[in-house]
Amino acid sequence: MSVELDVFVGNTTIMDKEVYQLWLNGYTVNDAVKVRIEGGVMEECEASAEVLLSDTMDQYRTFQMCERLLHHPAKLANQLLFQIPPDRQAMLIERYYAFDDLFVREVLGKKLSKGTKKDLDDVSTKTGITLKSCRRQFDNFKRVFKVVEELKGPLVENIRQHFLLPDQLARDYAAIVFFANNRFETGKKKLQYLTFQDFAFCAGQLINNWTLGAVDNMMEDMDVDLDKEFLQDLKDLKILITDKDLLDQHKSLVCTALRGKTNVYNEMEANFKNLSRGLVNIAAKLINAKDVRDFFIDLVEKFIEPCRSDKWTSIDMNLYLTHYTNSAHILDTFKHHAVWTRYMGVIKSCILRLYHD
Amino acid sequence: MPGKLKAKIVAGRHLPVMDRASDLTDAFVEVKFGNTTFKTDVYPKSLNPQWNSEWFKFEVDDEDLQDEPLQITVLDHDTYSANDSIGKVYIDIDPLLCSEAATVISGWLPIYDTIHGIRGEINVLVKVDLFNDLNRFRQSSCGVKFFCTTSVPRCYRAVLVHGFVEELVVNEDPEYQWIDRIRTPRASNEARQRLIFLMSGELQRKIGLKVLEMGGNAVVGYLQCFDLEGESGLVVRAIGTACTLEKISTFPATATHPSNSSPSKDMKEPGFGEEAPGVPLSSGPPTPLRAQTFSSFSPSKSYSRQSSSSDTELSLTPKTGMGSGGSVGKEAGPLKALLRQQTQSALEQREYPFFTLTAFPPGFLLHVGGVVSARSVKLLDRIHNPDEPETRDAWWEEIRQEIKSHAKALGCHAVVGYSESTSICEEVCILSASGTAAILSSRFMQDGPPDTEHRFEEVVSPGCGFCHIPYDELNIPFPAQLTYCYCCRRYKVPDVLFTTIDLPNEANVTGKGCLIQARLCRTKKKAQGEGNATAISSLLPFLEYELHTQLMNKLKLRSMNALFGLRIQISVGETMLLGIASATGVYLTALPSPGGIQIAGKTPSDITYEQHISTMQKKINDTIAKNKELHDINPPEVVEEIIGSPIPEPRQRSRLFRSHSESSDEVSELDLSHGKKDAFVLEIDDTDAVEDIHALLTDSPTPAGFYSCNTEIMPGIQNWTSAIQMFTSVRVFRLNANLTNQGLNKIFSDLCENLLKSLYFKLRSMVPCCLCHLNFTVAIPEDELIQVAVTAVAMSFDKEQPLENGKQSGEKTLIKAVTENDEQLQFNLELNAETSSSNPRSSPKGLSEVGSHLSARASSVDYSSFADRCSSWIEQLKLKAHTIRRGSVKTTSSLEKASPLPEGRSRSLRSDRSYSGSSVAVVKMTPLSFIPGAKIIKYLGIINMFFIRETSSLREEGGVSGFLHTFIAEVFAMVRAHVAALGGNAVVSYSMKECVFMENPNKNQAQCLINVSGDAVIFVRESELDSTLVQTQSATTHPSNGGEGT
Repeated sequence: MSVELDVFVGNTTIMDKEVYQLWLNGYTVNDAVKVRIEGGVMEECEASAEVLLSDTMDQYRTFQMCERLLHHPAKLANQLLFQIPPDRQAMLIERYYAFDDLFVREVLGKKLSKGTKKDLDDVSTKTGITLKSCRRQFDNFKRVFKVVEELKGPLVENIRQHFLLPDQLARDYAAIVFFANNRFETGKKKLQYLTFQDFAFCAGQLINNWTLGAVDNMMEDMDVDLDKEFLQDLKDLKILITDKDLLDQHKSLVCTALRGKTNVYNEMEANFKNLSRGLVNIAAKLINAKDVRDFFIDLVEKFIEPCRSDKWTSIDMNLYLTHYTNSAHILDTFKHHAVWTRYMGVIKSCILRLYHD
Repeated sequence: MPGKLKAKIVAGRHLPVMDRASDLTDAFVEVKFGNTTFKTDVYPKSLNPQWNSEWFKFEVDDEDLQDEPLQITVLDHDTYSANDSIGKVYIDIDPLLCSEAATVISGWLPIYDTIHGIRGEINVLVKVDLFNDLNRFRQSSCGVKFFCTTSVPRCYRAVLVHGFVEELVVNEDPEYQWIDRIRTPRASNEARQRLIFLMSGELQRKIGLKVLEMGGNAVVGYLQCFDLEGESGLVVRAIGTACTLEKISTFPATATHPSNSSPSKDMKEPGFGEEAPGVPLSSGPPTPLRAQTFSSFSPSKSYSRQSSSSDTELSLTPKTGMGSGGSVGKEAGPLKALLRQQTQSALEQREYPFFTLTAFPPGFLLHVGGVVSARSVKLLDRIHNPDEPETRDAWWEEIRQEIKSHAKALGCHAVVGYSESTSICEEVCILSASGTAAILSSRFMQDGPPDTEHRFEEVVSPGCGFCHIPYDELNIPFPAQLTYCYCCRRYKVPDVLFTTIDLPNEANVTGKGCLIQARLCRTKKKAQGEGNATAISSLLPFLEYELHTQLMNKLKLRSMNALFGLRIQISVGETMLLGIASATGVYLTALPSPGGIQIAGKTPSDITYEQHISTMQKKINDTIAKNKELHDINPPEVVEEIIGSPIPEPRQRSRLFRSHSESSDEVSELDLSHGKKDAFVLEIDDTDAVEDIHALLTDSPTPAGFYSCNTEIMPGIQNWTSAIQMFTSVRVFRLNANLTNQGLNKIFSDLCENLLKSLYFKLRSMVPCCLCHLNFTVAIPEDELIQVAVTAVAMSFDKEQPLENGKQSGEKTLIKAVTENDEQLQFNLELNAETSSSNPRSSPKGLSEVGSHLSARASSVDYSSFADRCSSWIEQLKLKAHTIRRGSVKTTSSLEKASPLPEGRSRSLRSDRSYSGSSVAVVKMTPLSFIPGAKIIKYLGIINMFFIRETSSLREEGGVSGFLHTFIAEVFAMVRAHVAALGGNAVVSYSMKECVFMENPNKNQAQCLINVSGDAVIFVRESELDSTLVQTQSATTHPSNGGEGT
């Protein structure tokens, strides 16, 4: 004796947010039922486990039927099969494209290839996120990547329009796409303390300031690649460290400005040359794709770590970077003001974000 | 002759990839009507082709226009091989043939393939230019409007109600033709779909002709069914009620009757205009009922019906024409009798005085006698000549005669809430018909006496008049316990009333109602041919009897005394029979309060046994108490009167009753109703009784915040919000072999209960809410499988306002509206006086009550041939006579005064917000005839669609559940799309009339057929209407009918 068939179809498609989340999290029907029972929905609604099972299966089936539409969210709005109120549609899409920070840290900057996908079971074991959920998240990244890769115009806007995502989520996806495209290394041990949001913030800075689209959003090219010309120009900044006079002059300007304003003045003064060399060398090397990948490691190794060992506070850091940037403009022989501003603007905000006291 | 059909193919979208190499499609479209076909150009390499074709024009007879669908086929062009079909769209152009319905079909319609389901959408434009045709010998009936709604549609007024129309057409089923062996499943499915489209068109045209002949212009309560008789053919039959309707100019009506827009009993009434201030609702197909069942089985084809059920003969005996009418009032006596006689004779001239309506304009329904039903078991034979479907006609004729005579036996001249159904298993077919015997006013009848005289009949106390018995007290066709009406105290009422109609809007009800269901499963031996038919027909009476007993018990358990919307379905399988009876129980204030249920053991020797009994008794008493509370049944204080003591005042009249008597030929049905005992007694010595008690106690109560009913509205709830959710749920259960009857019953009952529980759980977010029009259908798709399908609508309501108040305001509105009806102006004063005075007896003059006899038929199942069996049951079931409660009327009427109208209006303002930004128009669907908080401003035509879906990759599509889930969702989508293309934003009176599911998991195959119908409408939110009104201050503005969201 068994229920052989059990369906429920509403004129307006009924979707339970809680069950949807369980489905997205990759729970099996039985696990989902267990979670729901523990959640106390049964007592609330005088339901039995059977009822819960039937409801859960039914909802899972509905979600599966909707899933192919969710792959092209724009279709969800003009398909006829399911009558779903727009606010529900937005919820479905937003949650489908939501991801776990834990998971994204694992794949951020990796190539979104089959190889990476094969390693997802390791990621799953490591993060405790179900493999099913990992796959969904990975496939989402890949799908978004593929679509926007071909498109012109601002990255965030493209994502928002094609996937009908809310602003913040669209920005996060932009970051993921940007990282995947430039293959930034984020997995090294030294970078483990950084969260996805730290990187997403930096990605936003880079996209807004260092890509071609940043200069001219009418450009043919898109937001995904760094502005090659700019990277080329960055080499000119080397003069700041190769020219001894300039370096000394720079140092004295900064020291004068900071004297008495910081507790780590002595350490700063002692380290100035190293720190400056670090930053300028990063700039000079960015023209090589490989060094672009190491951008974040370099920032951490060459700048953040020395400062941290000297116990700088964020305020010290901010003060230092501000004066360091501004002083360069006062140097007589330094001509590359525009490039310097464009470079240091991003570097400053990235470092401030990446520097955790 | 003439009509020009024009079609334009605009574009396609979301087409499937037909060419794997390019991942694209080279689509073109064939447009076919009759034998003419046009093609568009091929739009190469696109999944979103823009054809923008010219207008394709078909010049055709209007007869063809009615019969044929426009067939649009989307194909993928292939240079080297045959073009592949992507899918088809059938467009019923009937709505375009009626000037008052839709004028154009335009929109995105799903492209449907019977194997793959929906494959993209196509945008089309269809128009019809119709020339007038004055040929009186015409075969077409363009212009006759069809409504599935079983009440007068909202924006119309009934001028005349002509009566019953029926028609039936037969054909060979393509699935069983020899050619089916060599063609693809797709071709076979498409042949079937197309044939059924054609047959429905033809049927509708023929019915239309009959309506024109009768002088009508519309069919209301149109019910069309398919009988898939397998080898022996395909029958499409339809019944309906021919009417002459008049459109009410929308605005003035609302303007002058603002009360209409407030919830009277549910706020939907607005459209009813003058005629129907409160009458609206109707429920879907009402069905069989209790009482007189009889089954005749004709072994040899169709004639010679065995008189196995003796009642048949009885009921056929002619009744004395006028005698059965019932009551005659004092002064108005003679006049009234005369009128009654005239009405009756008017009705008797009709072949079948049947009405498929379940709700009536005020003053139309005078008295209700009780449910009448008839069944017969037939052996199917091949239909040899499709043009002469005489056998099938004869079968139905027989049944209808039966029904007619049953009604007569109840002293009634008409049958309302009438419906017909079949159940087929192999070559055996059970035909069933049921309805409610009633006495109608001749006011809407063409051949009735002039209207003026009839006013006398109309002013009966509306709240109880219909309950008064129509039959002669001294010659009751069955032993019922009669008492004086608890409302007016003048006329007799039965102790229990069963009907197939909706609760009349004006009825006085105490508390709320609830769904009451009796379920039964009986095994039967496998047999063939006649033997099988005989076995089935001998089982039927028992089945009905037990269903009836269950209903009765459950009714008592809930302290209620009347059933509305009763629908009994009996389904036959190879090894079992399933019966399910659903109805909405209510406590009619006019009827006596039901007694409790008492359990008695036969052998009280054993102490533990007694304890057992007393625990059970306690449980039952507790349940009754709980139910009373749950349903707010608190009949007001009881004035004890000696049971059976004559009520002083009406004495005289009661003598008058005596004068006609004569209807004694009805076999008395079960003696369920012996009065004067303390309660309904169940003796549990009997295993049946144990089972009954078990069934009684296992029905779990609805969870908090939920109510359920199978009628249009829930008595006691009015303040609906606009949140509605229509749904269909289907379950198939596999049984183990070799179950006993009892085991089966339990399983079947649990199946239904669990299904209900799941529904409550699913819809928990809508609480407080009521599931309305819960329509269960059961089937036995194959041995050991039970299929249960439910379609219903969940409607939220506002709790804040005390329900009592809501109800009262509803009633008040009603009265008000009635008074405004100019035809009745002269009774203004009386009516108002009546409602507001605390003692109704003091109200109108004698003559005004004259017409008010309603009657109820209590228990009646007549199987005299099984008298011996029955007699033992009779002992067990006893009715308790009741103390009479005097106060009830008083209380209600004083409450009536309480509620100010405005409250009702403000309530309706709460509407769900319409979401902007969706590119797909929202289409609401509901099995009810109205949309809460909204006004239907236009009917666009009937939707009647038939789909077949088949798969040979069942597992890949998610198994049986996945397959059916998708299919039902697709059917909904297609209905919505067609309604939207007609310009509508809702389907009312929606029903899924057929859902035949067959599977063969071993072969990875499944097939399903679904037939749905409803009325496409445009509605406008009442809040919008109000604001328009306020702004313009004029009664002439028309609201824009743009499809508003949600």
